[in-house]
Amino acid sequence: MTDTSQTPLVQLKDISISFGGIRAVDHVSLDLYPGEVVGLLGHNGAGKSTLIKILSGAYQKDGGEIWIEGKEANIQSPRDARDYNIETIYQTLALADNLDAASNLFLGRELTTAAGFVDDAKMESETAKIMARLNPNFRKLKEPVSALSGGQRQSVAIAKAVYFKAKILIMDEPTAALGVHETKMVADLIQELKKQGLGIFLISHDTREMLELCDRVSVMKNGKMIGTERVEDVTEDDILSMIIMGKKPDQAA
Amino acid sequence: MTDQTTQPPGTTKDSESAIARFFRETELDTRLLGMLGALAIIWIGFHVYGQLVNGFGAFLTPRNLWNLSVQTASIGIMATGMVLVIITRHIDLSVGSMLGFCAIVMGVVQVNILPQFLGLGHPMIWIIAVIIGILCGSFIGAFHGALIAYGKIPAFIVTLGGLLVWRGAAFLVARGETISPVDPTFRLMGGGPYGAIGATGSWIVGILGCIAVLGLILMGRRKRTTFHIAQRPVWAETFLAIVGCGAVIGAVLLVNAYPWPRGIVRRYAEAEGITVPEGGLFISHGFAIPVLILIAVAIFMTILMSRTRFGRYVYAIGGNPEAAELAGINTRWMTVKIFALMGALTGLSAVVASARLGSATNALGTLDELYVIAAAVIGGTSLAGGVGTIYGAILGALVMQSLQTGMVLIGFDAAIQQVVVGSVLVLAVYLDILYRRRSK
Repeated sequence: MTDTSQTPLVQLKDISISFGGIRAVDHVSLDLYPGEVVGLLGHNGAGKSTLIKILSGAYQKDGGEIWIEGKEANIQSPRDARDYNIETIYQTLALADNLDAASNLFLGRELTTAAGFVDDAKMESETAKIMARLNPNFRKLKEPVSALSGGQRQSVAIAKAVYFKAKILIMDEPTAALGVHETKMVADLIQELKKQGLGIFLISHDTREMLELCDRVSVMKNGKMIGTERVEDVTEDDILSMIIMGKKPDQAA
Repeated sequence: MTDQTTQPPGTTKDSESAIARFFRETELDTRLLGMLGALAIIWIGFHVYGQLVNGFGAFLTPRNLWNLSVQTASIGIMATGMVLVIITRHIDLSVGSMLGFCAIVMGVVQVNILPQFLGLGHPMIWIIAVIIGILCGSFIGAFHGALIAYGKIPAFIVTLGGLLVWRGAAFLVARGETISPVDPTFRLMGGGPYGAIGATGSWIVGILGCIAVLGLILMGRRKRTTFHIAQRPVWAETFLAIVGCGAVIGAVLLVNAYPWPRGIVRRYAEAEGITVPEGGLFISHGFAIPVLILIAVAIFMTILMSRTRFGRYVYAIGGNPEAAELAGINTRWMTVKIFALMGALTGLSAVVASARLGSATNALGTLDELYVIAAAVIGGTSLAGGVGTIYGAILGALVMQSLQTGMVLIGFDAAIQQVVVGSVLVLAVYLDILYRRRSK
């Protein structure tokens, strides 16, 4: 169970961002505690991905504050986000298709030899080690990731977060492109990472899956935060009515 | 089916042919072999055609192949840079004009400016000229790159503009005059009898080359042992070592088999006070200096692309620019650096091209951009981005230059040459598309 008395890992305070006059995110606040999974739900265009991309450094907020572990954080780029141990697994599977698993895993943080050259053999053996732990069926270490299945690609992305000891993990529809078996694998991984004390933001359209995986769920609509509920306090129907009508369950009655 | 247990998992093809097994065990790049095959067909084809039609096969002679190597140098040097530009989904149409501009700037510096301060023939002149030429290219390239990366103007437009601007600027710098003669030391970088390192020097280069081949194979084996990756069988390694060293020694024998022309030998003998014996003096050319420059560039660029973060990021940006950006790579600054590198290599090419000509003219490098792009593309660089190799681009340059030279030798006129070169480019890209589709 989440201990809300400790310092939140992430506090998003009053975040706003506009694109050409459209308020994609409108004064949204949200927090995340260690060992907690917070789900973000809402229609397409509700602002979930935009909000999360502000935290991951892909977009720059127009207003509001981001606090990481009780201190205000200045996140201007993906590199800044990484310095705060924030790792993101994107909906679009942000991998360079022409590179192999090891090159993708270490992209931007290559291991180098004493002479300053990239150490491919070392990276390959490190990749083999971590993949053996996360996805024992993973064998195509040498091939470009374009030759991998959706689940294998997703496990490369997750391996990145695990290897670099992320504290905050953002998963934008991690199971959207996956089959049943692979979805199960990702779900197990989320439980495992949670036990290790990571905080996870999860975005998905699958309400049932979210109620299984998350501790709390937040619903957004038209850029605004409708509400955040503990999963044990709400039913799937409550959540659906929040997504569709944009009202909290008690108000909807 | 009993031999299946001895094979690694995943390759349970007991009907595998000897040829397929050979390729798998040696881990040879079939693309590379395809290109070498195409090159062999072009060379033998021109030679045989010359023999049958003109009664004289002039292609496969030490003289022609030596000249071919020198002619390939300028395009080859630029093609290695164009690989990076095309991998990152850009294009550079301005390299020919930049080459002309850099050559004119170097010409003015070494002929009109430096002799006034240092005196004619001062040993620093050629060094300063080369540095200025390379810097000139780098700055122009960086400027193009900045317009593309930060101004968000498409590379096609920026460099199309550059194509006109720098050709015009080259004319303005010297008011259209041809600047000559260039510094005598500078001139050595263009090849010619004096611009080659001779028989002994070539053997030294050849032996270093063989040591490098053996060293790479041994280092590969050691690395595979350290990280427990399956070794290549010993026979495959031996085969690669023999082919590699054989190619190097063959090249040395070839360039040493091309003697200095008689007139130059006579002048040289007079100057050195040697009496020329009855049958004439056999002085080998050896490797030409521009070819050594190309080899050095190729080694540098190959290490850059395969062993450094910079190279890794070039491929990553080409494969998925968004993913590269999200991985924390500064893709804009990378674009500036890539175009600056392209510019520096163009400056170096300008050194080779103007040294070879012995003068600097504002028309130098006209249409080079097309040959450079064609060389990179024939060499397997994908215009869709993400794919390309340095050795491929150099082989591509060699293919283009072989076609050019071959058609001149057998007496095709310029119009037919253009038709053939253009058709070969389209055909090569089509074959490449077929190859990729099949290997998917």
